[in-house]
Amino acid sequence: MKPEGQVRIPSGCAISAVISRKGERISGEKIITSMKPMRERSNGLGGGFAAYGIYPEMKEHYALHVFFNDDSCRAECEKFLKESFEVVSAKVIPTRKTPEITDEPLIWRYFVSPLKSVLVSMQLDEKEYVVRVVTRINSTMKGCYVFSCGKNMGAFKAVGFPEDVGHFYRLEEYEAYSWTAHGRYPTNTPGWWGGAHPFAMLDYTVVHNGEISSYDANRRFIEMFGYKCSLLTDTEVITYIADYLLRRQGLTLEETACVIAAPFWETISRMEEDAKAKATYLRTVFPGLLVTGPFSIILGFEGGLMALNDRLKLRSMVVAEKGDKVYVASEEAAIRAMEPDAENVFAPMGGEPVIVRVEEGKF
Amino acid sequence: MLTIDASELDYRRLNEEIRAVEGDVTVTGCLGHRFIAAGLGDRNIELIGTPGNALGAYLNGASITVRGNAQDAMGDTMNTGRIVVYGSAGDAAGYAMRGGEIYVRDNAGYRAGIHMKEYQDKCPVMVIGGRCGSFLGEYQAGGIIIVLGLGISGRDVVGNFPCTGMHGGRMYLRSDCANIRFPKNVTASPATPGDLASIDRYISEFCSLFGIDKKEVLDSPFTKVAPDSKNPYEEMYVAN
Repeated sequence: MKPEGQVRIPSGCAISAVISRKGERISGEKIITSMKPMRERSNGLGGGFAAYGIYPEMKEHYALHVFFNDDSCRAECEKFLKESFEVVSAKVIPTRKTPEITDEPLIWRYFVSPLKSVLVSMQLDEKEYVVRVVTRINSTMKGCYVFSCGKNMGAFKAVGFPEDVGHFYRLEEYEAYSWTAHGRYPTNTPGWWGGAHPFAMLDYTVVHNGEISSYDANRRFIEMFGYKCSLLTDTEVITYIADYLLRRQGLTLEETACVIAAPFWETISRMEEDAKAKATYLRTVFPGLLVTGPFSIILGFEGGLMALNDRLKLRSMVVAEKGDKVYVASEEAAIRAMEPDAENVFAPMGGEPVIVRVEEGKF
Repeated sequence: MLTIDASELDYRRLNEEIRAVEGDVTVTGCLGHRFIAAGLGDRNIELIGTPGNALGAYLNGASITVRGNAQDAMGDTMNTGRIVVYGSAGDAAGYAMRGGEIYVRDNAGYRAGIHMKEYQDKCPVMVIGGRCGSFLGEYQAGGIIIVLGLGISGRDVVGNFPCTGMHGGRMYLRSDCANIRFPKNVTASPATPGDLASIDRYISEFCSLFGIDKKEVLDSPFTKVAPDSKNPYEEMYVAN
């Protein structure tokens, strides 16, 4: 089989999410259930989940989830990790043998903290330092791939159907206040473990259904700021755009949505003066981060999530509520699988972000 | 009437079971099952739950009633027959429809009626009770789209860019459309009594299906939208 990036396969995808505004913990079984009615949207070449609030006892440390091709890769990477961080814990991530999931790499979890002395000498803040270490591993260490690196959260992904991936990682044993999920039907590329969604950087994770026409323009822009798009899949770049705009530029989620799914100039011309000035400013300053082509994404972050469609709405997305919970999915059926009595079902407009936050102090 | 429980069936099995029996069928536990009743002839099918994408695709005479919301691409290329939704429809409802009728009590998503067409006595009709998303009637080539804007609490009856590339058929929006910007290739004008008479039977049918006061529906301005050229691509591509 040709590797990722050398062959084109056309196709769809499935995304879903559930979040508790009150920060109640939800079992992974719930989100796995949501993927079952959308099975036709995936083809078994990738599935994954992001879970927030799952490591409360280790919440001061960054949780690195890492794939290794073999033990020699692991030894090399661990040496580098020990030079870069205080490594508090290093364990294999528990998985379950299942005939549906094969050829798994070594899958490890490390809880780490940056060494204060290193931060001081490099004059970097903690998050920037973690991003640089992870980027270095992923772009230079062959056979090692850090696929999750936030605090009190984690991504879990593999090649397989999403419900099988969920059982493989024993997600029913995790409890999160927010879950996102993805079923992959690789567009353009054949699919491998690292290429499954979610894509994560710090606590930001992205699950994506679609195909980005602007990938190369976005990649060129974002690589000016130290990110390396090494995976040859388009979703990766959205994760870096989110990290760049939210963490480094300090934009709000609404502003970030307005950059990624910028309104048409024609639509801007009809806005009220303040909104017009702001939308014009964002389109002018960040033209290279406008993401075109069909997409529906769910951006997960500490304490919340944002769902967003491309401005033409070329992919479906439905949102619903029940009690303090909010559900998002490619299809209403996925929401009904989690909550048969879901209420206030609606489909957001293209470019209209749906932002859900957990109450302060509850996550 | 025969009842089929879909909750333990995948979409292929469910459709096989529907096709295997004769006469009317009620399906309970619909949850994202695709292609329900695709290509089906004269039968009544009642669906309870949330049927999946491409519901009633290529429908060929069957009458489908949905107790719940429909998902995307409902009535894709349907030929004849009828779909009634006691709820909302997802994106691309009535996609490339070429005959038959669709009635949706609440809202429809983006691109409702995209590339609807008509030929001689085949004229598809879609009536949406609430509002529609952007790109309503995109590339519409024929047929009738009616949007009533009931219970939409002050929002516009349709989103952005309606009638993009429309070159046939007509659209009736229950609104003065003061806020709606139409493209150059169509003309929007207040509907005349003659226009309203031509769609009266569809409005009556909608009101009787969903128990709505027809007088109230008609007591409001309607806008008729139709392409204004026999050669709508003239300006877009080449003078020919």
